[in-house]
Amino acid sequence: MQKKFDRGLERTRWLAGITVFAVLGLVGLLANPYVISLMTIVLLFTFLGQSWNLMLGIGGQLSIGHALFVGLGAYSVGVLYVKYGISPWVGLLTGMILAGSVGASIAWLSFRFEVRGIYFALLTIAAAEFARIMFSGWEFVGAMQGLFFAAPTGGIEISMLRGDARFYYFVALALAALGIIGTEFISRSYLGYVWRAMRDDESAARALGVRTFQHKILVISLSAATAAAGGGVLALVQGSIFPDSIMGMGLSVDVLIGPVVGGLGTTFGPLVGSLAAIPLNHLMSALGDSLRIPGLNNITYGVVLISVIWFLPDGIWPAIVRLCKAIQGPPTAWLWQSRKVEE
Amino acid sequence: MLSGALLAIDGLCVAYDGSCALNGVSLQIHKGELICVVGANGAGKTSLIRSISGIVRSSSGVIKMNGVDITGMPPWEICERGIAQVAEGRQIFGSLSVEENLLLGGALKRAKTGQSETLDFVYQLFEKLRERRGQLAGTLSGGEQQMLAIGRAIMSKPEVVMFDEPSIGLSPALTDVMFGVVKSLHEQGATVLLVEQNVAKSLALANRGYVLENGSIVLHGSSDELLTNPEIQRAYLGL
Repeated sequence: MQKKFDRGLERTRWLAGITVFAVLGLVGLLANPYVISLMTIVLLFTFLGQSWNLMLGIGGQLSIGHALFVGLGAYSVGVLYVKYGISPWVGLLTGMILAGSVGASIAWLSFRFEVRGIYFALLTIAAAEFARIMFSGWEFVGAMQGLFFAAPTGGIEISMLRGDARFYYFVALALAALGIIGTEFISRSYLGYVWRAMRDDESAARALGVRTFQHKILVISLSAATAAAGGGVLALVQGSIFPDSIMGMGLSVDVLIGPVVGGLGTTFGPLVGSLAAIPLNHLMSALGDSLRIPGLNNITYGVVLISVIWFLPDGIWPAIVRLCKAIQGPPTAWLWQSRKVEE
Repeated sequence: MLSGALLAIDGLCVAYDGSCALNGVSLQIHKGELICVVGANGAGKTSLIRSISGIVRSSSGVIKMNGVDITGMPPWEICERGIAQVAEGRQIFGSLSVEENLLLGGALKRAKTGQSETLDFVYQLFEKLRERRGQLAGTLSGGEQQMLAIGRAIMSKPEVVMFDEPSIGLSPALTDVMFGVVKSLHEQGATVLLVEQNVAKSLALANRGYVLENGSIVLHGSSDELLTNPEIQRAYLGL
């Protein structure tokens, strides 16, 4: 077992990871407020993308309704904090438990009745839309008017998870790091190879004695809970919660763009994809405003997505890996080949 | 006869959307036996394996393992009772390493103790797999994948191993290697249910054989009896 991962490659990966996060840390200390706020969103969507990636990239279950879980996390933090003054830490935990249970229930219902694959994905959309419409009409959670957090007073309060933009940048950075390390850890564990086996061939895994029903519920529930954690922080960063934006179809799509563009089922894909897609979207949105071409960002988005799927169907990160392989010659190529998650 | 059998199947029927794949199949395997079920395409061979392993539900009939009724149990519980299968077309997990594929086979409760010894045993049996333990299983050749599928089944420390057409898609030379492996497993004490289209080769290996036609057992007997049966010679051996 200990020989499964090559030492040299291991070191390269750790070095690469540490370098990336050191640079991101410096960005947090030195960059201007615009970059900080943009990068906070990038890092949050890295984490959300990682949670979605866990479900499809490792567990093999497609969700196009992740906004449901993100929204549940956001509302748990929002309602507890805005209405009762309870610490967002409690809100995050509540949201994770709530979303995990809702995810497990949807999965249970769906797989109990043999709804799977693309039909399961449709079910996730239906569940998210159902929740969005319900929250839009629910006065207690602010209905369409939404919930607003009091503006931060400037000081950093760890116990209440409140602070300035820089503080939230580092919270998002910590989450992204946690997501990446967690994914790496899971995909190397027993659960990781059971889930990847299930993704490769569910009926073959079943024939080997894997309890696929339970494992599918577990992976979906875990993905939902982590998405809720991301959603809770997203709400704090944005300072407000509206059902249409936090539980809408748009958010579900935003969540999956990072991993799809970056590389499905890979550890670094969601980070690379979010880094590529989100700033581009903001840039094009600003350009569209100044050129008075509304929707320029969406058009560009579409073009970029189609190009990525056309030219790099497995995403940007695997393409980078292949490029490194080509540059560094045979010995490293062999090393890369021994990697499994990135392949 | 029924009482002494390790695996006993009685009147098994399987139907897909109303069309009958197995129609009242009965067979027994005793401990340490190697039996084969032969038949043409569509005779119901794969349905037989899939219903024993619980992947396909039978509409009637009883399957007993060690005297315990396992009919209708979920696949994982049947695996826990010691029935492993080497599926048709191998069904290797291509994005997992060779070793991960093997460990997955040994993830059952019954196989947890002494897992590393079992792994060693498999690597002794197939040196190629040891060499390629870290490699992605999808990059193995067809023959190596078949070895991996067998190794994975052994990892679960089964009492009965079911082979579903292990020779399919292999070259004649590799087919011989394959049958050699099945034979040596049997000689080491494994109980084997071999389902095959290759009638001559599998009967040569087996103690007893059953002939499956259109979902029913039409003949059974010792391998010698079957090999000399004029019907078999005409229909399957082309003599």
